Amino acid sequence: MKLESKVPNGPLAEKWTRYKQNQKLINPANKAKYSVIVVGSGLAGGSAAASLAELGYKVSCFCFQDSPRRAHSIAAQGGINAAKNYRNDGDSIHRLFHDTIKGGDFRSRESNVHRLAEVSVNIIDQCVAQGVPFAREYGGMLDTRSFGGSQLQRTFYCRGQTGQQLLLGAYQALSRQIGAGTVKMFPRCEMLDLVVIDGKARGIVTRHLETGKIESHTADAVVLATGGYCNTYFLSTNALGCNVSATYRAHKRGALFANPCFTQIHPTCIPVAGDHQSKLTLMSESLRNDGRMWAPMNVADAGKHPRDIPEDARDYFLERKYPSYGNLAPRDISSRSAKEACDEGRGVGPGGRGVYLDFAKAISKQGEGPIREKYGNLFEMYERITSESGYERPMRIYPALHYTMGGLWVNYELMSNIAGLFVVGEANFSDHGANRLGASALMQGLADGYFVLPYTLTNWLADQKPGVTPVDHSEFKRTEAEATERLKKMLAIKGKKTAVELHRDLGNVMWDNVGMARSKASLESAIAKIRELRSEFWANVNVTGTDADLNAALERANRVADFMEFGELLALDALTREESCGAHFRVEYQQKDEAGMINGECERDDEKFQHVAAWEYTGTGQQPVRHIEPLEFDVVKPSKRSYK
Amino acid sequence: MKFTLHIWRQASRGATGKLVSYPLDAISPDMSFLEMLDILNEQLIQRGEGVVAFDHDCREGICGSCDMMINGLAHGPERGTTTCQLHMRSFRDGDHIYIEPWRARAFPVVKDLVCDRSAFDRVIQAGGFVGVNTGGAPDGNSLPIPKMNSDRAMDAAECIGCGACVAACPNASAMLFLSAKVSHLGSLPQGQAERKDRVRAMVAAHDREGFGHCTNINECEAACPKEISVEHIAQLNRDFIVSTVSAAVK
Repeated sequence: MKLESKVPNGPLAEKWTRYKQNQKLINPANKAKYSVIVVGSGLAGGSAAASLAELGYKVSCFCFQDSPRRAHSIAAQGGINAAKNYRNDGDSIHRLFHDTIKGGDFRSRESNVHRLAEVSVNIIDQCVAQGVPFAREYGGMLDTRSFGGSQLQRTFYCRGQTGQQLLLGAYQALSRQIGAGTVKMFPRCEMLDLVVIDGKARGIVTRHLETGKIESHTADAVVLATGGYCNTYFLSTNALGCNVSATYRAHKRGALFANPCFTQIHPTCIPVAGDHQSKLTLMSESLRNDGRMWAPMNVADAGKHPRDIPEDARDYFLERKYPSYGNLAPRDISSRSAKEACDEGRGVGPGGRGVYLDFAKAISKQGEGPIREKYGNLFEMYERITSESGYERPMRIYPALHYTMGGLWVNYELMSNIAGLFVVGEANFSDHGANRLGASALMQGLADGYFVLPYTLTNWLADQKPGVTPVDHSEFKRTEAEATERLKKMLAIKGKKTAVELHRDLGNVMWDNVGMARSKASLESAIAKIRELRSEFWANVNVTGTDADLNAALERANRVADFMEFGELLALDALTREESCGAHFRVEYQQKDEAGMINGECERDDEKFQHVAAWEYTGTGQQPVRHIEPLEFDVVKPSKRSYK
Repeated sequence: MKFTLHIWRQASRGATGKLVSYPLDAISPDMSFLEMLDILNEQLIQRGEGVVAFDHDCREGICGSCDMMINGLAHGPERGTTTCQLHMRSFRDGDHIYIEPWRARAFPVVKDLVCDRSAFDRVIQAGGFVGVNTGGAPDGNSLPIPKMNSDRAMDAAECIGCGACVAACPNASAMLFLSAKVSHLGSLPQGQAERKDRVRAMVAAHDREGFGHCTNINECEAACPKEISVEHIAQLNRDFIVSTVSAAVK
């Protein structure tokens, strides 16, 4: 299978402009003949559904929550990047593009990333026009702050709730279309499978979560905007409902899954308090504008109250190791540094799995007021969970799964290798390479939905005759029957372990073996253990209730069943990528310093691995096929990625 | 810690429901309320019973999914806290805890603790937006917005759409929810073009959905997990009167 990225010819900075100049169009009256399904109502899905409906397409949008406004994009905190250069500090489209490519450790497609930087400026304008209440300076202009991996202040924000406001902007735009009758919204409706007929995506099969009813929906194109797969690790900063099911089922129907092992571990999350923990809570990277990360220098001090550890006994490890970026070093590097300190026995808090994020210096310099204003809700959130105040003592934080750079493979038009199946937002693989910079997920979701898909989808549909396959087509019927049977099978097992217990077991295997430090041995062990767990799931899971009404236990089991397969693919991808890059750290491939000692930094192998690994499903338990898309860098030459 | 939970169980929409008691022990004070219910649900599965249905997702107080009346208070006893942010250290060992869904005509109960809040979406669909299409927006800095107005808009925009205001109000009015959105968009220049039409259309939608009228009880503000202020309701009333009068004069 040859992967055609369909990147247009010409200089990098002109490719997107040329694409739009040359693309095919559909006249407004004819657009109404085409129908589009959008699965997911987050930043990417909501913005796509609204924008496509405004253009005149017939849109159906699906989400599993009770309202499109609940998508997990709502929880994003810190901000959204854009190359506006309002700060006069040297920003430009090229600079944002360059920072993002470098931040991704040269494992993303140059042309996609440049386009992302180009449309970033339009996103801010669109959000302001929608009434998104970005922070403003006293003179009435938009305020910006710094974020990881950048020496510029290019991040626009709404207190510590930027994702919420951006999502509400998209939700409101979507609501306008729903009210106008141009979008049909299907809340509490979960996609169970993709229907592919003659090589084209023709629709989906869904289950209504209140009634249990299984139904087919057909369209001329299907757009997946279903987010990331962090919950493969059981504990993450994702919402409890977040899952890999929609993209994984599409993968089983033929869509290639790219770079699944590129999973981002965010350095600053509230540490685990006990076995009962259901998720991990993010403490925004924006806090690292003012907070300083440190661990005690001496193992003996780890158990002491922080006020009893004098300044000269504190190791401000990010400032020490990476002086140019300090506390704003990118996430992969910061997470590994925190883990390193804890592995050396210098971790703080219960179980020694934590380091400090300290605001004392910022508070003494600026006063508590400005800190409260900038981060308000974040300190409150921390106090509710830990019952400690970040204003009075340093916050305890530890790395946690947060974002997934991997996803379904897409070409320059955001179409997968299945004709008519488009993938947007975190669900696709394209823009962040091996590590995503802070404040760029919000940017990518809205870029895809507002300013890329409306063009590329139009270009593709222009060559398609509108007119959907009827829902009583045998392929739809067959898929409905398969989905129904699978659920009934799960209910019939009546084993001894709950889906949650099995999910937790999977999460432990993933975190211990496919986490921040991976090795051949740990990955092979993970694959073997996941296979065992999967067998155990299908022999021993206990799901009570029926499939004919609202049944959270069944919903969970259905999603965990997919994690049980997908986790193995993730581990296999990590095993076959024999290099370290970005968030993917293989202990066998580390840089050496002048004395020949390994130093904990990634050693990339551009000769052998400067490519995307796109996996083809061949059957559960069968060896998948690893296709590659070579990555060429014309403008930014891969260099040693250093933040020192 | 040990608790006795009295939970509303209801099989489906329109079915008769009742409170069922569940003793629970070995609960850590650091557990969140929903983590405690997770433990109950795991036990129910082990006993072969159906789990207690409840809405939840982010577990960090921002998505607005979780919605429980706890001992008669929307989201429980702590001020400015959602159900998922409530931790068991807020209760005493041995407490009886009554857990019910939101009660309002406009929010029919679906199953157990889950209710249908689509009325909120329909109110937003009636006008809770700025009528701007994608593309063609002016530069973000072209309209300066005084910081005070921007902050006020953000205060109002923090509403998470959970419905606690409706659940707490004896009239089951959604005025706090409604006024928060009207106030958010009305505080910004981008919201001015449709300001008058918006407020009338949304109030009409609100009434159509079966929410009650506001009689200034202010229980909503006390219950709101984001501490949205009733001053927005006062703003809404002013906007509504201006809007109605100018429409009548035309």
